[in-house]
Amino acid sequence: MSAAPAGVPMLAVEDVTTAYGAIVALRGVSLAVGRGEIVTLIGANGAGKSTLMMTICGDPAPRSGRIVYDGQDITGWPTHHIMRQGLAHAPEGRRIFPRMTVLENLRMGAELMDGTHFDEDLERVCTLFPRLKERLSQRGGTLSGGEQQMLAIARALMSRPRLLLLDEPSLGLAPMVVRQIFAAIRDLNRQTGLTVLLVEQNAYHALRLAHRGYVLVNGRITMSGTGSELLARAEVRAAYLEGGRA
Amino acid sequence: MDYALQQLVNGLTLGMIYGLIALGYTMVYGIIGMINFAHGDIFMVGAFTSLIGFLLLGMGGVTFVPLALILVLVLAMAFTSLYGFTVERLAYRPLRGSFRLAPLISAIGMSIFLQNFVQVTQDARVKPLEPVIRGGVVLATGGTIEVTLSYMQVAIILTTLVVLAVFTLIIARTPLGRAMRACEQDRRMAALLGIDTDRTISLTFVIGAALAAVAGMMYLLYYGVIDFFIGFVAGIKAFTAAVLGGIGSLPGAVLGALLIGLIETFWSAYFSVQYKDVAAFSILAIALIFLPSGILGRNEIEKV
Repeated sequence: MSAAPAGVPMLAVEDVTTAYGAIVALRGVSLAVGRGEIVTLIGANGAGKSTLMMTICGDPAPRSGRIVYDGQDITGWPTHHIMRQGLAHAPEGRRIFPRMTVLENLRMGAELMDGTHFDEDLERVCTLFPRLKERLSQRGGTLSGGEQQMLAIARALMSRPRLLLLDEPSLGLAPMVVRQIFAAIRDLNRQTGLTVLLVEQNAYHALRLAHRGYVLVNGRITMSGTGSELLARAEVRAAYLEGGRA
Repeated sequence: MDYALQQLVNGLTLGMIYGLIALGYTMVYGIIGMINFAHGDIFMVGAFTSLIGFLLLGMGGVTFVPLALILVLVLAMAFTSLYGFTVERLAYRPLRGSFRLAPLISAIGMSIFLQNFVQVTQDARVKPLEPVIRGGVVLATGGTIEVTLSYMQVAIILTTLVVLAVFTLIIARTPLGRAMRACEQDRRMAALLGIDTDRTISLTFVIGAALAAVAGMMYLLYYGVIDFFIGFVAGIKAFTAAVLGGIGSLPGAVLGALLIGLIETFWSAYFSVQYKDVAAFSILAIALIFLPSGILGRNEIEKV
């Protein structure tokens, strides 16, 4: 098991419990993401991965525990306020605005910026995902699944985040597109030092990409370690790679 | 033929007034999925504010009509916006996340409250206003009647078109308009992009109320009399227009309103004035049988 990196982490989730009414989705979850790290969270359907991502964004707010972003306690803050601190989330289901054009979706991503970098940032995400460039005037709802996923990530990047939360970017995509998206994440991390918290069911790819990983089972963290450590563990292989691989 | 042309002019004028109100219904429905039953009464407050404004300007000796119109319009929009903002804050926001019918009941309560409030403070009698804009142009003579386009109608149609153009630009081009559309399409995602959704909803109510204030002033100018109850019927008509056009659709609201205005006017002209409301609502019922989501309404099928 490797400890969390030294110094003030970019994100620290401390003993967080989240519930929807009587249903408890997270039970005392703790994890940390260091600056410049790619950390992945793997687990089965319904383990609470997306709930954890949304809890970090304040929607829903945790029932107990603390969430510290960049040294600042953001527990209980309203979502829009949290997102203005330099986090961006490409959430589960992509949540593209269907009746806005691709360009407008990207503008929404940049809504917090003063607009001076828009053209530059647009160029940057279009270089990352050239497909989007051809589709700028098309409505979001008419894109294919892979294109929507690219748009969701691009939209998140438009706010120049320091911490990027990515929820299942590989879901429902062709293997080639998945490789493309994962390569883009790796490049961003290496070139710009972007910190990434990545939720994945596709554990093999995620663990190969990530510096460290956590395993979430029924709302609890059961294992953590570097990507290669977790990949080597029999329990992980049995649950998420050989038996559980979709 | 001349008679029909005259009715067309009258119908369009009425439709424009309904359209301004209908936009408020459809915007609020689009963004929080509730029917704001108090919206008609916000329109009524706009009409009363305009009346008070005209009377004050009259006492102050402002006789230049365009200036008076602009001053009253600004006053009515500002004052009515405050009402819209307050109603949302007091009656709807605390109920957000509650069961679906709660804000609806609250809205009916607000509607009754506003009517009674105005009745108590302004009393229940019908209030007249001297015609502010007189005269008109004769479009056609000969035949049985003269077709006239009054300057009042010109003012109403022009003002409405200008207001609609500004409004369309706000929705289509500004960050506020984008935020409103984003909230309408996916409020949770909008918050994840840093949009203050409560503020956006507040501003939606404010803009809706400002449009209703414009309609209130137009109504006052056009009919010359108002009372505390005008919001009820006009509100129901505008709501009908919004549903006919496809609730949630902004162009739909205006289109529906023009249709309702025309149907009502033509029915009154050729059949009976007493049954004009029956005609308008019957057309709605028939239209909804064949187009359940309205003329420009979306079918709920969307690729996700």
